[in-house]
Amino acid sequence: MTKLIYELSRPGKRTYIPVKKENISSKFPHELLPSKFIRKKKAYLPEVSELEVVRHFTNISQLNVGVDTNFYPLGSCTMKYNPKISEYITQDSQFKDIHPYYPEKFSQGALEILYETASYLEKISGMDKVTFQPAAGAHGELTSLLVIRAYHTANGNPRKKVIVPDSAHGTNPASSALAGYEVIEVRSNEKGMVDCDHLRELMDEDVAAIMLTNPNTLGIFEQNIKKIADLAHEYGALLHYDGANLNAILGRVRPGDMGFDTIQFNLHKTFATPHGGGGPGSGPIGVKSHLVKFLPVPHVEKKKGGAYFLNYDYPESIGKVRAFYGNFLVVLKAYIYLRILGERGIFETSAGAVLNANYLLGLIKDKFDLPYNERYMHEFVVSTKRYKDKGIKALDVAKRLIDYGFHPPTIYFPLIVKEDLMIEPTETEDREVIEAFADALNSIAEEIDKDPDLLKEAPHVTPVGRLDEVWAAKHLILRYEKTEN
Amino acid sequence: MELRDGLLYSKEHEWLKVEGDEGICGVTDYAQDSLGDVVYAELPEVGKKIKQMEPFMVLESVKATSDVYAPVSGEIIEVNEKLQDSPELVNSDPYGEGWLVKIKLENKDELNNLMDKEAYAKFLEEEEK
Ligand SMILES: Cc1ncc(COP(=O)(O)O)c(C=O)c1O
Repeated sequence: MTKLIYELSRPGKRTYIPVKKENISSKFPHELLPSKFIRKKKAYLPEVSELEVVRHFTNISQLNVGVDTNFYPLGSCTMKYNPKISEYITQDSQFKDIHPYYPEKFSQGALEILYETASYLEKISGMDKVTFQPAAGAHGELTSLLVIRAYHTANGNPRKKVIVPDSAHGTNPASSALAGYEVIEVRSNEKGMVDCDHLRELMDEDVAAIMLTNPNTLGIFEQNIKKIADLAHEYGALLHYDGANLNAILGRVRPGDMGFDTIQFNLHKTFATPHGGGGPGSGPIGVKSHLVKFLPVPHVEKKKGGAYFLNYDYPESIGKVRAFYGNFLVVLKAYIYLRILGERGIFETSAGAVLNANYLLGLIKDKFDLPYNERYMHEFVVSTKRYKDKGIKALDVAKRLIDYGFHPPTIYFPLIVKEDLMIEPTETEDREVIEAFADALNSIAEEIDKDPDLLKEAPHVTPVGRLDEVWAAKHLILRYEKTEN
Repeated sequence: MELRDGLLYSKEHEWLKVEGDEGICGVTDYAQDSLGDVVYAELPEVGKKIKQMEPFMVLESVKATSDVYAPVSGEIIEVNEKLQDSPELVNSDPYGEGWLVKIKLENKDELNNLMDKEAYAKFLEEEEK
C-alpha cells in the first residue's frame, strides 16, 4: 500500500520555492492579526522534497479509477465524459483569476455567462428562473424546499409534511427533514411507479410538497405524472423535480410542462461537469414564476441597455445559501458543454442515453432478474436474486466487475429492489464499450455456475482485495493523527 | 431462513416474545439477512412510548439505514445495551443475543395483528416471489 505523505515526512526536508522578495511581508502574523487567530501550536505539516511530492501524488493518481480511465456505469450518477475543452477554457486567467468582489462593470463577461447559462437551463426545464447558488444536487433540494417553505409561510402556513416515494434517493428525505418537514413515504406499485391510490390517501392540507424524479430511480418514466401534479396542486402542495435523471429526457419533455414547480439540476451529472475531484459541485435550482421572489439573492439580471447587474432587491428572498453566486467555474463548464451541443446535440443526448441503456439491458437480460418488466429509459435495475442459492450477492458481482476492468454499477439502491445492480451507461460510451461490458456481466454469470468463490474473493487485480466494509463503518477514521514513535 | 416457535411475527419482519404483559422484540433472520451487516443500532430511550406499526428505532447496515417498526404499542422498559458495542449481534444471533428492546404491552388485543410461525413462513414465501 502507498504510504501517507505524513509517513514520508523527515525533519528538515524542504523544497525550493521561488518567490520575489518584494512580495513578502516582513511582518510576522502576530503583528498583523488579532491574537485569537494565531495558532498556539505549530502546524504539523509533512516535510518532504519536491520529487517526493510529485511521485507520491502521481502514484496515487495512477491507482484512481475514473471516467477518463474506465467505463463507469454508476446508476443515478450519470458518469458521462467531461470534455477537456472545458478544463482548457476554465484555466484561462480571464475566468480563473477574477474575484467575486470585482465591481459589476469589470465582471460583465462572468455575469453574462451566469445569465446565459440560466436562460438555457430555464428553456430546457420549462422553469421561469434559475439560480446557481446551491453547491450540489442535495443542496439544491434543500434550497428548493426552503423556497417552498417560504411560499407556504407567505400564504399563512408553512405546512408540515413532504411526500417522497419509497424508491427515492436518500437525499430527498434528508433534505426534507433539514427543511423542517416530516417525511412521508408513498409506495411504488407493481410497475415501479408511484402508487396513485396510496398518494391520494396520504394527501391533505398539511402536505407542503411532493418530491419526484422522472424517470424515477428505477429508470422508469412516471406515466401518471400529470395526475400526480394535479393531485398535489388540488391540495395546494408544490411538486419538486429531483433533476438527477434529467439526462433521460433532455430536449424531449420539460419538468415545467409536467406540472413541476421547482427543480434542482445536477450540473455534474447532466451537464458534464466533474463529480468532485476536478472541482466543487453545482446544484442550481429553477422555479416557476410564483416562486421567483423567494429565491436566494442576488439574481443576475439584465438592464434595458444590455448591462448585467446583481439584484438584491427581493425582500421575501430566503437569503443566501452560499457565498457569492455559486461555483462559477463549474457553471462555466456547463455553459461550454451546452454551447458545444447546441439545441440539436441536446436533443440527441437523451436519445443516446436511452438507446445505450436499452441495448445493454437487451444483451444481459437473460442472465439476471428484471424486477420490473417495463420500458426503461437512461438506466435500468436488474437483480442477482437467482444466484442467491449459490451464495452470490450483488456485491460479489460488482466486485468481480473490477477484475474485468470496469467500475461497478450502483448497488443496493433503490431500496425497494433486493440485490440489485443499477446500471447507467450514458450516451458518451460507444457500442464496443457497451458490448464489452455486457460480455463481462454474462461471463461473470457463467462463473457463478462454475466457480462462485472467484466472485466471493473478488477483486483479484486491485492493490488491495475485498475491503472489510463493516470494520470500516465501525472504525471511522477521518483524519491522520501523528503517532509518537 | 430460520424461524422460531413461540414467537409472534410482524409484516415488517420484527419478532415478539410475549411474557406476561411484557414482550421482547427483535428483527427476524430474514430481516437481518436483507439488511446486511449491521454497523449501528440507534436504540430508543427507556420510557419512550411506541405505537404499533410505527417506526421507533433505526438499524444502520453497510447497505442502508432502516426503520424498525413497533410490533405492538406500549412503553420501552429495557434496551439491549450490548448492541452499542456489538451491533453485529443482530446478524449473528437475531433471536437471541441480538434482541433489541423490551416493551411493556399496552393492549394485548393488538397481538392478533401479528402472525405465528406458520403464517409468517407463508408471508415470506409471498414476499420472495
Ligand atoms: C436521485 C438522486 N437525487 C439526488 C442526488 C443528490 O445529488 P448530489 O450528489 O449532487 O448532492 C443524487 C446523487 O447521486 C441522486 O442520484
